[in-house]
Amino acid sequence: MQQFLTTALTGLTLGMVYAAFALALVLIWRSTRIVNFAQAPMAMITTYVALALIDAGFSYWIGFAAALLSGLVLGAVIERVVIRPVEGKAHINAVILTLGLFIVIHALAAVIFGSRYRSFPAPFGLQGFQAGDVTIALTGFGIFTIVSVLVVMLLLVALFRYTDLGLMMRASAFNQEVARLLGVKVSRMLTLGWALAALVGSLSGLLIAGGSLVHPSYMDSVVVYGFVAAVLGGLDSPAGAVVGGFLLGVSLSFVSGYVGSELVALASLVILMLVLLLRPGGLFSHAAERRV
Amino acid sequence: MSVATRVPAPLAKALGRISSSTLLRHLLFALFGLVIVILVLESTDQFRNAQFASMAYLGIAAGGLTVLTGLNGQLSLGHGAFMAIGAYTTALFFQDSEPPLPVVGVLIVATVVTLIVGAAVGVAAARLHGPYIAGATLALAVAVPGIALFFSDTLGGEQGLNVLVPDIPDWFANVVFFITANEVSTSKYIGYIGWLCLLATFVLLANLSRSRVGRVWRAVRDDEVAAEIAGINLGRARVLAFVVSAACAGLAGAVMAMAVRITAPSGFSLTLSLTLLTAVVLGGLGSLLGALIGAALLTFLPQVVTGVGHDAGLSDLQAAELAPLVYGLTMVLVILLAPAGIVGSIRGAWRRRKESA
Repeated sequence: MQQFLTTALTGLTLGMVYAAFALALVLIWRSTRIVNFAQAPMAMITTYVALALIDAGFSYWIGFAAALLSGLVLGAVIERVVIRPVEGKAHINAVILTLGLFIVIHALAAVIFGSRYRSFPAPFGLQGFQAGDVTIALTGFGIFTIVSVLVVMLLLVALFRYTDLGLMMRASAFNQEVARLLGVKVSRMLTLGWALAALVGSLSGLLIAGGSLVHPSYMDSVVVYGFVAAVLGGLDSPAGAVVGGFLLGVSLSFVSGYVGSELVALASLVILMLVLLLRPGGLFSHAAERRV
Repeated sequence: MSVATRVPAPLAKALGRISSSTLLRHLLFALFGLVIVILVLESTDQFRNAQFASMAYLGIAAGGLTVLTGLNGQLSLGHGAFMAIGAYTTALFFQDSEPPLPVVGVLIVATVVTLIVGAAVGVAAARLHGPYIAGATLALAVAVPGIALFFSDTLGGEQGLNVLVPDIPDWFANVVFFITANEVSTSKYIGYIGWLCLLATFVLLANLSRSRVGRVWRAVRDDEVAAEIAGINLGRARVLAFVVSAACAGLAGAVMAMAVRITAPSGFSLTLSLTLLTAVVLGGLGSLLGALIGAALLTFLPQVVTGVGHDAGLSDLQAAELAPLVYGLTMVLVILLAPAGIVGSIRGAWRRRKESA
């Protein structure tokens, strides 16, 4: 019972982080039809920015804000400088480009910040609380993780639903030509989409790092989990990505708790394959549309 | 063109036959390559021999990847995982000083084992497109090292497996001595194994890409609908390309296990798969020569770059990270500025010059 509860709660927290990462992938996929594999090292390097500030004596929250802000800027810069030239060209070029960025940012982080393991602080406790005989493994930082991901999601929903800016972004993702005819500055919307996605990615990077160790490749497996979560949700739907992230987090947590943590990545591969073979449109697709 | 006017008639006839037969032409290239390999391996020291061995296994894997990505349009980020499968199979055979099979047998078994795994993955991957296949193979690359950790009793866990390279067979030493009058050291022996494998693989791949099979792969890459209307079974073509490519990676892994003499999960990180992709993109997608150039850059560039980093006042650890930085930057620049890669760009420029002349 104790182990079951602990595993489920860990899965819940992890699931929220994967959901945030999947959301970042989905935001970019919707606007530019590119899966941004470089999201992982982008999140990693912004976490290092936070760590550098915290080590320099600033508070956790200043580091946190700086990481999110640098994520925003990094996303916009990368879209403008690197991605813009291949938008609308062959898929394979864009994918290779994001992988090139993956290597570049990875190596940059290792050169600037060093490739050793460094511990990253957490603003809240990392101990669960006691209820009778049972330890509830929901830590203070876990609660913070869940709440912050939920807040970001609600903000995004509010942006897309209730603001003109969100409407313009949705329009340019839906049909660039028509949006342009209606006077939407599509290219600006795409940049903004990348920037927002990078911000959400940075958040997931910070949440994974909290109370744990960071090194240049600590996000590498997260990009896989985020991708699987996004595909579970259909790769096109933000809500689907969140549900997918949650489901994946819980199932991987059970694999880790009852089978072995070494096989988590393999389990995610199996889940990905099953989804792609049985329901290529994601778990919630209605129409049988072949896009994969 | 002008060759026929200058050389005597019988020779011109022979040349004509060779250039008209694809297999003969490729075998001739391979023979020429073998001569160069012997010259290079015999005239360099042990350290360089070892470097050439690693160039060989990177070249084999890159050759397989370039055929898959360049000719068939499937992007695999999982070739590091296939190399791991080949390497672990080899390592399991070379645990004792008395291996149950000769080296050639082990290489074949490692290739076949990887081929079978590749077929399983390929059947799933054949249904996927663009980013989906990249994501699935990325998951494979991240997942496979975990298997070695999980079955740490047989696969050695984090420390990995030591590989005992069997003694150099007498006949091999004799043949080399007969040709070059030099003794064979172990690293030279592995260099020879690696390059013989590379030449054999490249002849096979070059023939495949020039044959009906290769044309089918290109047709599937360029236009699925047209290919299907022409009677091509898309799934079968994709799976076949994937299987061939995975088998190459398995062979590369087998050579790698012998060259590195230890097979550990850390050797097959995501970086390896991405590095292979760099080699292929840099050289030019679909070009075997490009794959070889890419492999050479991967082998010899790090030393140069690390040296430059040292001179610029970086620490050892920082300087070691400069090489991937250069790979990544070149990969981005190649895609942005010269998507055809080194070989493709030169070929394109050559063709344009010829047309304008």
